Amino acid sequence: MTIAVDTGVIGGIAARFRTCPASGLKIDLAAERLIKANAVAAIVFLAVGGLFGLLVALTRWQAIHLLPADLFYLVLTAHGLDVLLVWIIFFEMAVLYFASAVLLNCRLAAPKIAWLGFALMMIGAVLANVTVLQGESSVMFTSYPPMKAAPNFYLSLIVFAVGALLGCFVFLGTLVVAKEEKTYEGSIPLVTFGALTACIIAIFTIASGAIILIPTWLWAIGYISEINSVMYKLVWWAMGHSSQQINVSAHVSIWYLIIAVLLGAKPLSEKVSRTAFVLYILFLQLASAHHMLVEPGVSAEWRVFNTSYFMYMAVLGSMIHGMTVPGAVEAAQRKNGYTRGAFEWLRKAPWGNPAFAGMFLSLVLFGFLGGISGVVLGTEQINIMLHNTLYVPGHFHATVVAGTTLAFMAATYLLVPLIFQRQIMFPTLARWQPYLFAIGVAGISLFMMGAGTLGVARRHWDIGFSDAALSFKYPATAFLMLGLNGLSAILASVGGALFVVIVVASVLFGKRVDASNVVESLGPMPKKQLTDAVSSYGNAGTWKLPGTYILVSVFFTAFVLYYFVNWKYLAQLWPMR
Amino acid sequence: MAIHPPSQRVWWNEPIEKDEIVWIAVAFLWGLVMFGMMVYWHIEGRQNLSTQAYRIDPALFEQRTEAFAAKFKVRDEGESGIPVAKPPPGTDVYMLSRLWQWWPVLELEKGQSYKLHLSSLDWQHGFSLQPVNINIQVHPGVQHVLTITPTETGVFSVVCNEFCGIGHHTMVGRIHVVDSSRAPTAPVLR
Repeated sequence: MTIAVDTGVIGGIAARFRTCPASGLKIDLAAERLIKANAVAAIVFLAVGGLFGLLVALTRWQAIHLLPADLFYLVLTAHGLDVLLVWIIFFEMAVLYFASAVLLNCRLAAPKIAWLGFALMMIGAVLANVTVLQGESSVMFTSYPPMKAAPNFYLSLIVFAVGALLGCFVFLGTLVVAKEEKTYEGSIPLVTFGALTACIIAIFTIASGAIILIPTWLWAIGYISEINSVMYKLVWWAMGHSSQQINVSAHVSIWYLIIAVLLGAKPLSEKVSRTAFVLYILFLQLASAHHMLVEPGVSAEWRVFNTSYFMYMAVLGSMIHGMTVPGAVEAAQRKNGYTRGAFEWLRKAPWGNPAFAGMFLSLVLFGFLGGISGVVLGTEQINIMLHNTLYVPGHFHATVVAGTTLAFMAATYLLVPLIFQRQIMFPTLARWQPYLFAIGVAGISLFMMGAGTLGVARRHWDIGFSDAALSFKYPATAFLMLGLNGLSAILASVGGALFVVIVVASVLFGKRVDASNVVESLGPMPKKQLTDAVSSYGNAGTWKLPGTYILVSVFFTAFVLYYFVNWKYLAQLWPMR
Repeated sequence: MAIHPPSQRVWWNEPIEKDEIVWIAVAFLWGLVMFGMMVYWHIEGRQNLSTQAYRIDPALFEQRTEAFAAKFKVRDEGESGIPVAKPPPGTDVYMLSRLWQWWPVLELEKGQSYKLHLSSLDWQHGFSLQPVNINIQVHPGVQHVLTITPTETGVFSVVCNEFCGIGHHTMVGRIHVVDSSRAPTAPVLR
């Protein structure tokens, strides 16, 4: 490892660098420490939150019914907080620092501010957990008023968000520094562009959070007499749903990152991929409406316009990435010599490399399960059949767990050798880990969606209603679905635990990575069979992409069929207006 | 590569390959179709959420619901002590939600339309009619008026599907739907 000291142009601040033996990029040691700290914090909270999730699933499995009601609601609140918020935002901070300082070959702007942000996020996360575990704040992650949590519940989220905001500013500052100090030529890389998208959405998200959480906190301590419950949902979800769009931007960037590192894949068209990211910035913010589709006091025009992200323009963005990402893989693989038939490029992809396997499974599950179910769920009238049923967590486990979490896990398999400079330990286990986790999460999503279509309520302790004055029972199939959901959760937990153990062991005890072994440390790679492209496809430089067209055609057919099946079900409901 | 700056400095002038344009056009048109479906359903569809809603003092809503239940009470629901109200078709029907009860029990006639008034006296609740699977959010301080038309007879349950505290999972209400006592030519509100 070589350490160089460079003095920047702006303010003449000196930073210490090492040179990455794989890419030749200069890596600012301050940025590297921050990436490590944020990634480690993320994985700790993933472990904690994942355990809470398992307890939730085992309680909803009616035959086991593990926890008593009060603990169930407490643990469910903590599960949402730790995985939906803490794990993901910590990891996203690592992604932001990586996509700016490392990819732009630049020093990180204001590392002390970044550390302050990290400290605030840590304080917020710990305070949130402590407050929830004290038992007075089992209000669910969404904390809908007039139900009230302990004041510290809201305060902890505010502190956490301020920390994340500082991280966003450091990212933006680094972009400015890199441009001023001319550490790169031309435009920022696509991955950095995607991270910038995530950062812009994050700032909108955090602003919305401040607008609603600060008054709600003041209400909890008694300075404000009332929070309007409809208004709360509108603004809270401008934070709650938009924060999921940070995840989408971040994990799409990671898809591009992983295929670039492992396969040398180029975007098919810089213009198309970047425009798709811009569509996210312009339209994803409207998603708050997805939570207002069966509320009183909202007009139908407002719902139709907003729930569709202005005529599905943000869905268009995702459908574009859904073609350009596998397209870039196909183009790169064909360039590498896998040209036979429509699918040799896919069959001979490095499926034994957990980074690639995790990335591709994330892409497929996010598109087929998360994307399609999300559009259906967000259709104004269809939402009447699905609102607040288990279909909702079924949908967002496909997006946030199978999509984002799996992509972040996949990225970690590259982060450990490249940033922590350690080899992955237990390579055989690591090889299977993404599959185990993906199968488990796919099961969780599908069986929850299945139970949801049968009407089973989410956030509900007892689907047998044993203590209710008036008896009711969901159909027997619903009980079966929740049993299968429990089994899937066990599978996913084993996959998740394996991930945590492999990463922690590798970071602590893994073999050091240096120039001599860095390429093999990235895991199995496809063997190059040809070196030069015969013809060119846009930026990617290869033949046509028949496999990708078949994949997107299958996706589109599934999408259309499932969409109209739901309209057919809706038509059978009692007429209402 | 996606981790490097674009190889062409002026990347925004590069032509887009035809196949990519085709997919973008298909996805865009599909978006328009899905958007159009929601608008179409407002015109032709029979399942649309009412936008009729009023601010109301929870105490007033409780009063009105109690007056409604007293006026149309036909019996108690089993041993529960909850009254069953059987209003005439086409009239206003009240159901309140509170920790942890849907009140009163309703008896409606198949094929007849009713104006259902929903509101909460305390926290938010979720009106989830099972096994029909109609789900509507209920807020305190807001009175939501929906016109519904039961299309099948039987005993239907109203489950709460918005988390409302420790008794949430015990909150079950009931709607009976019986055959119409009127002539089948009675006007159906649409």
